[in-house]
Amino acid sequence: MPHAISPTSSPPEPVMDDTIMSNAPAQPLEDEVPLEPHSDAAMLDAEPSTVDTSSGKLEDIFDDDSDNDEFSSSVPTTVDSSQPALAPAAQEKSAFTDLSILKQFYQRLLPFRALFQWLNHSASPCADFQHREFAFTLQSDVYVRYQSFASADLFRKACVNTTPLRFEIGPQYTINPRDRKTVLKAGSFRPVMKELVFDIDMTDYDPIRTCCTGAKICHKCWQFIIMAIKVVDVALREDFGFQHVLWVYSGRRGAHAWVSDKRARTMDDAKRRAIANYLVLKQDEKKGIRRPLHPHLDRSLDLLNPHFTKDVLSVQDPWATAEQASKLLDLLPDKVLTTALQKKWDSAPNRSSAQKWADIDSVAENGNLSTMSPKQLVDTRQDIRLEYTYPRLDAEVSKKLNHLLKSPFVIHPGTGRVCVPIDVRRLEDFDPFAVPTVTQLLQEIDTWDAEARRQEMSEEEKSKVEDWQKTRLKPYVEYFRGYVAALLKDESRVKRERDEEAGAESMEF
Amino acid sequence: MQAVTSASSRIDAKRRAVLDPRKRQFAKSEWIDPDYEHRLNFYQTPPTKDISLEDFEEWAIARLKVLSELEACSFRNRTTEETSEYMRPVLEKWLRLDSNKSRSGELNAQRKKDHYSHWTLRLAFAGTGELRQRFAKLETQLFKLRLQSDYDDEKRDFIKGLKMSWEMVGSEEKATLLKDLKAATGFSQSRGDEEAWFKVDWESVPDLVSQRQVLLKRGKAYVHVREQLTMVQNAFTHSLDSGLELAARFLPRMDEDNRLAPILHHLGQSFVAPEANYSESNSLGDLAKVTAGDIDGMSKHFPLCMQNLHRELRKNSHLKHFGRLQYTLFLKGIGLSLQECQIFWRKAFKLIADDKFNSEYLYNIRHSYGDVGGDANKRGRGYTPFSCQKLLTEALPGPGQSHGCPYRSYTPDNLMTLLQAVGVNDREVLRGVKEDVGRQRYHIACNRVFEAAHKVELKKAKDESLLPSSNFDTILHPNEYFKRSFVLRNLGMVKKGDIGIDGPSQESASQ
Repeated sequence: MPHAISPTSSPPEPVMDDTIMSNAPAQPLEDEVPLEPHSDAAMLDAEPSTVDTSSGKLEDIFDDDSDNDEFSSSVPTTVDSSQPALAPAAQEKSAFTDLSILKQFYQRLLPFRALFQWLNHSASPCADFQHREFAFTLQSDVYVRYQSFASADLFRKACVNTTPLRFEIGPQYTINPRDRKTVLKAGSFRPVMKELVFDIDMTDYDPIRTCCTGAKICHKCWQFIIMAIKVVDVALREDFGFQHVLWVYSGRRGAHAWVSDKRARTMDDAKRRAIANYLVLKQDEKKGIRRPLHPHLDRSLDLLNPHFTKDVLSVQDPWATAEQASKLLDLLPDKVLTTALQKKWDSAPNRSSAQKWADIDSVAENGNLSTMSPKQLVDTRQDIRLEYTYPRLDAEVSKKLNHLLKSPFVIHPGTGRVCVPIDVRRLEDFDPFAVPTVTQLLQEIDTWDAEARRQEMSEEEKSKVEDWQKTRLKPYVEYFRGYVAALLKDESRVKRERDEEAGAESMEF
Repeated sequence: MQAVTSASSRIDAKRRAVLDPRKRQFAKSEWIDPDYEHRLNFYQTPPTKDISLEDFEEWAIARLKVLSELEACSFRNRTTEETSEYMRPVLEKWLRLDSNKSRSGELNAQRKKDHYSHWTLRLAFAGTGELRQRFAKLETQLFKLRLQSDYDDEKRDFIKGLKMSWEMVGSEEKATLLKDLKAATGFSQSRGDEEAWFKVDWESVPDLVSQRQVLLKRGKAYVHVREQLTMVQNAFTHSLDSGLELAARFLPRMDEDNRLAPILHHLGQSFVAPEANYSESNSLGDLAKVTAGDIDGMSKHFPLCMQNLHRELRKNSHLKHFGRLQYTLFLKGIGLSLQECQIFWRKAFKLIADDKFNSEYLYNIRHSYGDVGGDANKRGRGYTPFSCQKLLTEALPGPGQSHGCPYRSYTPDNLMTLLQAVGVNDREVLRGVKEDVGRQRYHIACNRVFEAAHKVELKKAKDESLLPSSNFDTILHPNEYFKRSFVLRNLGMVKKGDIGIDGPSQESASQ
């Protein structure tokens, strides 16, 4: 009964003494009784701000409630979110790694069930999930490997109890990773299966982006990631026939791809290396890319050309200064042409990159100065275009079966943003700065709860709505669930077909 | 030969005859008379006919010789053309395989020999992982060699018969995808590429995918036919590897009866350094009269093992037993008579008194020459000089001893010092030797030094066809080394006909 009263408080409003009193062990029950008839709304009006003195006590008291998931209410968040309200942004940073915030996140927001199904490839736990390795990065910078769980609930409980800053997903092994020391033969513990993954990191683009460097990103350079996702996605689907490709925002400055097709999961290192090398483009300094262009590169060029004109030439403007322009000249193999261009640009500084780009063609044509044939010039320009737009992957991530990669839906400790999946159908609309942070999400829950109370929704209706549905995380979780559902459907179909085949064979006897 | 009885009535006690009629209908027939349609073979079915023990051993040894020569080629980094050139006479001699066109009556016999010897060697080399790897690599090389030398249409027939998991691209599909196919697979009209592609799951060609040499559509790779050969070779290696693993697992269960075990063991040893059949022809015979005083001068023709012993002898005026044995037999091999040999040792052991020498050392020399005691079989001729195989498989020398093969018994650094002391200073050669030693191919290292030291002479001999082709094989016996070195340094005498080398290239009636 006391719990029925405690949810009455809402975040901005300070905690009521009454509720404290009612929950304090020493208090006699009679005090509660008069409180009950009061409507929830009445309690809302209570305002004595005893925040500071009470907050300490509150924390102590409500810590016990953390086990009681069903009713772990917004009251604790009152305390927590009140703190950032008091302190300026500086505290926001540490808030993202704050234990209680993370705990709340794991308890209420992270969709463990969906993650479990995604990794398990079926509804009931099997070796796919149970022998899967997870690596936790704990608060104290401790890195714990070879964790495994028997079910989604146990996974969730472990996260809630240990509140890792983030966790990574590894491969599925032959046996439970926790039992790895018990095998006699060293060879019997080895990885057998993992999704094919790709990592695109903005720092690889530092040589060609002008707006930011290092960990910073902005909307302008985010376009590079969009370009990369486009090219890689179409290659994976069209060329390799993979159907289940999940793109995930990495939390700050890049994206990851997870391919869950069975065919992809069971690939060995050699095949992963093959795919990685297929997708990676290494420019040959002297001869340029091999002509005729492979259809994949041709297709990529078609996809990237509009981006080149808009995002690179006009937005990034990479060759504005003379120093930068010399980089462009370095990419042209013809000395005569480069000298002529140099002269032109020296005499007319402040030409934009787009103009300089056009100059290459015009100077080559007009003066008949270039020793390159027209075809060679076209090829060189294509090479430069690819250099500035083609995806730059971290191939090492993809090449190994046992590589550990950050899981979707964890919080990025630096920015506090959730690593949400990117909907490839609406790729251009994805805004990394619109991705919710964990504190925002928790606030949203409370706002919703307050609103629900105001609207006098019944308990029944309220309990039907899950916490993540009250926040901006909703579309992302729904997208993820849809993706997982499709994957499971496919998996069960394949399994059924295989069973039927096997069954048919056994019939013959 | 025995009449071939029908499959159903033949019951061999050695084979587990399936007698239950219910199972009989499903059991594979025990007595398969293989029909060798093609020259090449994927060796997927083991042979089932009976052969004699001699054939069993002989054929295996022949194949082993071929594989060892192939290995020697790869260690000396010969190009594919050089290797095929080099291997042609070897193959002709030991494992001849004619094509279907040749209409030779021997086709079946040749292919049978090839088939059986392969499976015998599989047995011999399935034991350890290292042996398996070596064997698979060499067999693949041999397969590749044969595949390349095959006629095109026969090649096509063979590949068709293999039932691989690819399918040719039909004309409709080809028409739609032609431009992409050409661009992706590096099609070149000038090179005479056929306009033919086949498609297969991309997982079968990861290397081609990695280099973007194929067109990919929804998981299927469109590969140009020229890559087919590589794929066939890869399939060969793959099937051989799995076959070997299976053999390894079944090896302990082999129903053995002590006939095969020694043969297989002997074959395994031959892989270390192939058998060198020492015969009288390996000695110079009466080509050059060797006296005790000549030895010092001749020592520059000695292989490293013997030079090492000689130096030790000169340094300490003494050699321990095995060193003496090895050296004495070698000296016998180069044509030193018993008297001269005795004089040689007496002079060499100058620090020892006469009677001590006579009582302790003289007898052994005479024993080695077969003058006294010894095996009744070998009396009169004494023991045969040790071959490289023997030197490499017997126990390593201990402190104070210097017998055996120095490429094996010395550490690489000491080996370098020794080589430089005897006059091998070329950095390339030294590096090559280090590599060979690292891979435990000691006789290859010795051959390398030989070739480097006699480069000029070898070239001359080859160009002027002064020596039969067998003289360019790998050297497997110290006496062979000496003989060739001596002959090469004295090519003038060969030309004049003073030194006759047995062999088909010698026209002048010398000797």
